[in-house]
Amino acid sequence: MAPSPCALCHTNRALILRPKNHQKLCKPCFINTFEAEIHHIITANKLFHRGERIAIGASGGKDSTVLASVLKTLNERYDYGVELVLLSIDEGIKGYRDDSLETVKRNAQQYNMPLTILGYSELYGWTMDQVVEQVGKKGNCTYCGVFRRQALDRGAAKLGVQHVVTGHNADDVAETVLMNLLRGDLPRLSRTTSIVTSTPSAVANAESGVPNHTNIKRSKPLKYAYEKEIVLYAHHKQLDYFSTECIYSPEAFRGSARALIKNLERVRPSAILDVVKSGEDMARLIPGSDERCGTGGCATNTTEEAGGCGSSQGRSTGGEMADMEKRLQQNDNAADHGLEVEITTMKTPRKKNAPKKATHASTQVPRKAVNQTMGQCTRCGYLSSQNVCKACTLLEGLNKSRPKASIGQVDAEDDETSTSHLSNTMNQVGISGD
Amino acid sequence: MAAEVDPAEVQTEQEEDVEVIPLTVEFSGGLEMLFADKKVHAIGLPAKTPDGKASNIAFLVDQVCEHLMEDDRKELFIQDDSVRPGILVLINDADWELEGEEKYEVKKGDKIMFVSTLHGG
Repeated sequence: MAPSPCALCHTNRALILRPKNHQKLCKPCFINTFEAEIHHIITANKLFHRGERIAIGASGGKDSTVLASVLKTLNERYDYGVELVLLSIDEGIKGYRDDSLETVKRNAQQYNMPLTILGYSELYGWTMDQVVEQVGKKGNCTYCGVFRRQALDRGAAKLGVQHVVTGHNADDVAETVLMNLLRGDLPRLSRTTSIVTSTPSAVANAESGVPNHTNIKRSKPLKYAYEKEIVLYAHHKQLDYFSTECIYSPEAFRGSARALIKNLERVRPSAILDVVKSGEDMARLIPGSDERCGTGGCATNTTEEAGGCGSSQGRSTGGEMADMEKRLQQNDNAADHGLEVEITTMKTPRKKNAPKKATHASTQVPRKAVNQTMGQCTRCGYLSSQNVCKACTLLEGLNKSRPKASIGQVDAEDDETSTSHLSNTMNQVGISGD
Repeated sequence: MAAEVDPAEVQTEQEEDVEVIPLTVEFSGGLEMLFADKKVHAIGLPAKTPDGKASNIAFLVDQVCEHLMEDDRKELFIQDDSVRPGILVLINDADWELEGEEKYEVKKGDKIMFVSTLHGG
């Protein structure tokens, strides 16, 4: 094959074939175009504001390394006026995180960004190695996902940062869209596809400017970037990143979705962005999504169950009557168990997570709308639609050496997007098996 | 036809048969773990395939699996007789799709890179 010239400069030899539009680019034009597109995403979505401190969730992997590099470049080039810091979570998995944390430490020097490493052990008193020792390899992703979610928020709060950016890319989002589709979990799509997720308290506390670990905004600047281009960007800019695979997690379901996406990409490279687009469009059609909810604050709520690219929320599938029925059901259940907690700002009473209720409800309300309402965990204060947040529930189980007490039904395959709500899990029992 | 062939020419052909093309093969993005955790390998690839065709990427991949891979999980590198989707192939830094993919005939000194995009951080 004769070498093709670059489609932009018409001078250099093309080295990159862009998956989204088949454009052939040379190395400098590719790097410029890649950066310009991320800049466009950031400005079009108004992701940052001047003076903002932003924590980059950094794992040492390709995505977060490219994110850190690109954001540093753009912040300098376009004078965003933001302060970038690195935040890494140490799950406490020997032979997995150790090496990647070394990479993050080098990145901190290379990009001249302060780095904070926060460990599960200091946050929760358990490393993942210890958790696995306790609960075994099956289901440990549940713990890891729930813990990581909170860990990033807690780390951000500790740093006095209100905004965390993560390296989720288009392939990740497409993968999660497919997973939610295959699980029949359409309500989760709107969160999966949102470029920004935030919490009600983020809105409430915006004026005070005092971050706590429930009001952290999340965004995904690489949401439209192909994994292929991220890897090529890292390669051509010779970025220092670390590739590894978690030693514990086979993540069978996510793995299958990933393989499907990659197979599709080979046949039709635009498929990845097309799936992302479809996910966005479907999210708009789903009752309880951002569009429909408006300012109600029901769709952009980030609970501790919400991972970087998705969560359960607003399972409104049955319309208003179903909502009402559900509420009544919840009232009944709440009364039955005498655990009602009144939160004045809430429209509906809290749901509770007593395992007993799980069986109770799953037989009576097989699949009904759930309007999540946000309150705070009575133990740790973390934003939660439950009395006790998911992490505290899991921890209680661990600490009582009864690790499988309440998580038996939780789907474990989805650690990045975290796990479902216990109450939702009741409804999902029949669907989410892997 | 065989009778008309100059014996010297036959000799030359035989020499070409064993001729090897020096190449650099690199594995990264987590793929190196299948190759004794070594990223860069300097190898000599026979210039011709057993059926006498010029060596191309398909043949290289085949040979690499046979001689270089130290892990028995071949499926992490190969799927349906080709490089697994999600693994990028760069021929002298250019996307192999710009170079004819598996049909690209390797040349002396080529640098062939296999980069996995499948591994996390």
